[in-house]
Amino acid sequence: MNDTKKIFAISGLCTGCRTCEVACAVAHSKSNTIWGAITELPAPRYRIEIQTVGEVKLPLNCRQCDEPDCLFACKAGAVSKDPEDGQVKLNLDKCVGCWMCVMVCPFGAVTPDEGSSKALKCDLCEGRSEGPACVSSCPTHALIYGTIDNARAYLKNLGNKGIVIKSA
Amino acid sequence: MAKRTISADPATTKAYEHARTQDITTIWERHEAMQPICAFGDLGLCCTICYMGPCRIDPFSKEDIRGACGAGRDTISARNYTRAVAAGTAAHSDHARGICHTLLEAASGSAPDYKVIDIEKLKTIGAELGLKTEDVSYADLALQLGKRLLENFGKSEGTVDFVKRAPKGQQDKWEAAGVIPRAVDREVVECMHRTHEGVDADPKSLILQAIRCALADGWGGSMMATELQDILFGSPKPIRSKVNLGVLKEGCVNVVVHGHEPVLSEMLAIAAREKEIIDYAKSKGAEGLTLSGICCTANEILMRQGYPVAGNFLQQELAISTGAVDAMIVDVQCVMPGLAQIAEHFHTHLVTTSDKARIPGVNHFDFHEEKALDCARELLKDAADSFAKRDKSLVDIPQESMDLVAGFTAENTFHHLGGTFRGTYRPLNDAIMSGRLRGVVGVVGCNNVKINHDHNHKVMVEELLKNDVLVVQTGCSALACAKAGWLRPEAASEMAGKGLQEICEAVGIPPVLHMGSCVDNSRILIACCEMVKEGGIGEDISQLPVAAAAPEAMSEKAVAIGLYAVGSGITTFYTPAPRVLGAPAVLDYLTNSMEQDFGAHWVFEDNPLTAARGIIEHLDKKRAALKLDPMMYNPDVARSA
Repeated sequence: MNDTKKIFAISGLCTGCRTCEVACAVAHSKSNTIWGAITELPAPRYRIEIQTVGEVKLPLNCRQCDEPDCLFACKAGAVSKDPEDGQVKLNLDKCVGCWMCVMVCPFGAVTPDEGSSKALKCDLCEGRSEGPACVSSCPTHALIYGTIDNARAYLKNLGNKGIVIKSA
Repeated sequence: MAKRTISADPATTKAYEHARTQDITTIWERHEAMQPICAFGDLGLCCTICYMGPCRIDPFSKEDIRGACGAGRDTISARNYTRAVAAGTAAHSDHARGICHTLLEAASGSAPDYKVIDIEKLKTIGAELGLKTEDVSYADLALQLGKRLLENFGKSEGTVDFVKRAPKGQQDKWEAAGVIPRAVDREVVECMHRTHEGVDADPKSLILQAIRCALADGWGGSMMATELQDILFGSPKPIRSKVNLGVLKEGCVNVVVHGHEPVLSEMLAIAAREKEIIDYAKSKGAEGLTLSGICCTANEILMRQGYPVAGNFLQQELAISTGAVDAMIVDVQCVMPGLAQIAEHFHTHLVTTSDKARIPGVNHFDFHEEKALDCARELLKDAADSFAKRDKSLVDIPQESMDLVAGFTAENTFHHLGGTFRGTYRPLNDAIMSGRLRGVVGVVGCNNVKINHDHNHKVMVEELLKNDVLVVQTGCSALACAKAGWLRPEAASEMAGKGLQEICEAVGIPPVLHMGSCVDNSRILIACCEMVKEGGIGEDISQLPVAAAAPEAMSEKAVAIGLYAVGSGITTFYTPAPRVLGAPAVLDYLTNSMEQDFGAHWVFEDNPLTAARGIIEHLDKKRAALKLDPMMYNPDVARSA
């Protein structure tokens, strides 16, 4: 589905500062402020994580796959692919914490939340008027929220600087 | 995008909107472009001290994550905090060192334009320090004093001299905690040493050193600066003046001084009244010459000379963008490099004058104290030349300006309360004991672009005044309330609680007392010592019904001032919190256990009204502990009556 809006990460622009991780945790906290979030119990969790291999840095979160392994693996029917926007949604009411999705995700983008015994994955900051918090927080604009065409246009604008798109 | 409220001061809002219509970029746009602010830095969890890093600690991790060297979040935050205190102390103290040199030059005759003006204070402090005061000339005594105080920076034995001014209770607490400051430079150096890679990693030990350094500021650098400036330029006396951008005059040469040190500005203040200079300005087509100031250089010439104030920290760029400033003469601290870009839009002659502070692209003027007045005249004539180049079509000055009374000191304020015969703190203490006054609170500090300009100062002070709290102020905070009109004696009847109103009306003082620049926060320490000495409201400073607040803090100097206030037993309400929120042990010490060691603690509360109510609660707690009379008037009843 080429018109699914998702988060694209441009590895060549990522400095690995991990601001996106913190912004994600704050966006999923009760207080919605950094000062409040750090004292909340249980501590809010982030759903995006910087992976570093040698010099290459890449923020990894849910790729909103066309054929999501997590969906096929979920025995509780908690994962669905929205027919409207193509995004992969997780219904926490149905999640039983079996961690099958955690096992099968090829990107490691679904993690177990021991506190709630539910799976944890990017929800694209549903309901947040400014869009995903990681995207608005990225100081180098290495994260883009949009369709694959939006991402290509963005890259074209940046010019060819040897930047590699790493996205599903 | 929704229009942002940038200021609680109408003149500032107007000037800002005018700047925006001309596409001038100001601090508000630059700050917007800096968003989002890095959370690691904001929480104090980013360490850039050694070159194995930078390291930053994930505040949400369940694991005990540490930097490369093994420093955890508390160590990293405590080190950063200690360095901020060292920088703040260094700024005030280097200022004091400069004044010390000026006194020595004045006394030795090498800077003949400077004179010892407050002979009484010279003699009093000379006697206090055990100098030879009999049968010596004032010049000799000034030389002795200058040399003695200069030793306070680097002496290898003993302690900072003025520490002995503190009540015994404070000195005992400092002794027990091992934080009596030895010498100003030494404490700054030790902060830098301890925070170097691989030295002190214990958060509490680091914070105690930070406190020792801060005390070297409050009872050392800042106090020396205040005392020496009083001796050299005269102790302030209550004086009337005006504040806000409206003090700039369309037809006049407008010279604005900005920064912190009075050494040059005092000379400008003299030269600006000379016929030769005024005639020169007129020869360039001006009606006259107006000298005004921004930040604490403004406060210095306001307190002693009654010159008007153009604005506080966040108004510095807007003063230039009125198009009417012909010269802005800057020295040190709080001078934004962004002034250079604003000045490019106008004819304004921006000039740096301190060897310590230059700005790329800005003319530097070599100021020599040996021929200080001539330098001042030259600068004012340059400003008049610049007036001739002013583009009148670009001029837009907000009309707002407000009357004020400034010039209060620890010595003179209570001469007023004490009546004609003798200055005494008795009436103040009596008023507190009888419940006419709830207590005394110092509301001080900066502006911060993160906070709606002046808003927090005004909300907090308004609430305190309503509740019979006498407010003493310095720095940009005093200017915020001055613009609101609360430094007029009439403000007492307009907004103060009934008890405070009675005091103000009896003595003829405003409900908010302007005590000077940010080094003059030391005057508040002295006032506290006097209240303890007078008796009846506490054996040491930590028992007094007093508090401090910096509701729009911005600089490292504010961090140091806050810490010496708390270290001296004054509970302090501070916004925004320093960068310790990501460090649980540091945060707990500052906001909680510090009370056991020093009798005071920090409160980090962002809402100014909640903070003001917290202050009132704190004063009431102190009053209860002293078994003072209940408050004479209920603020809610008095207000509705």
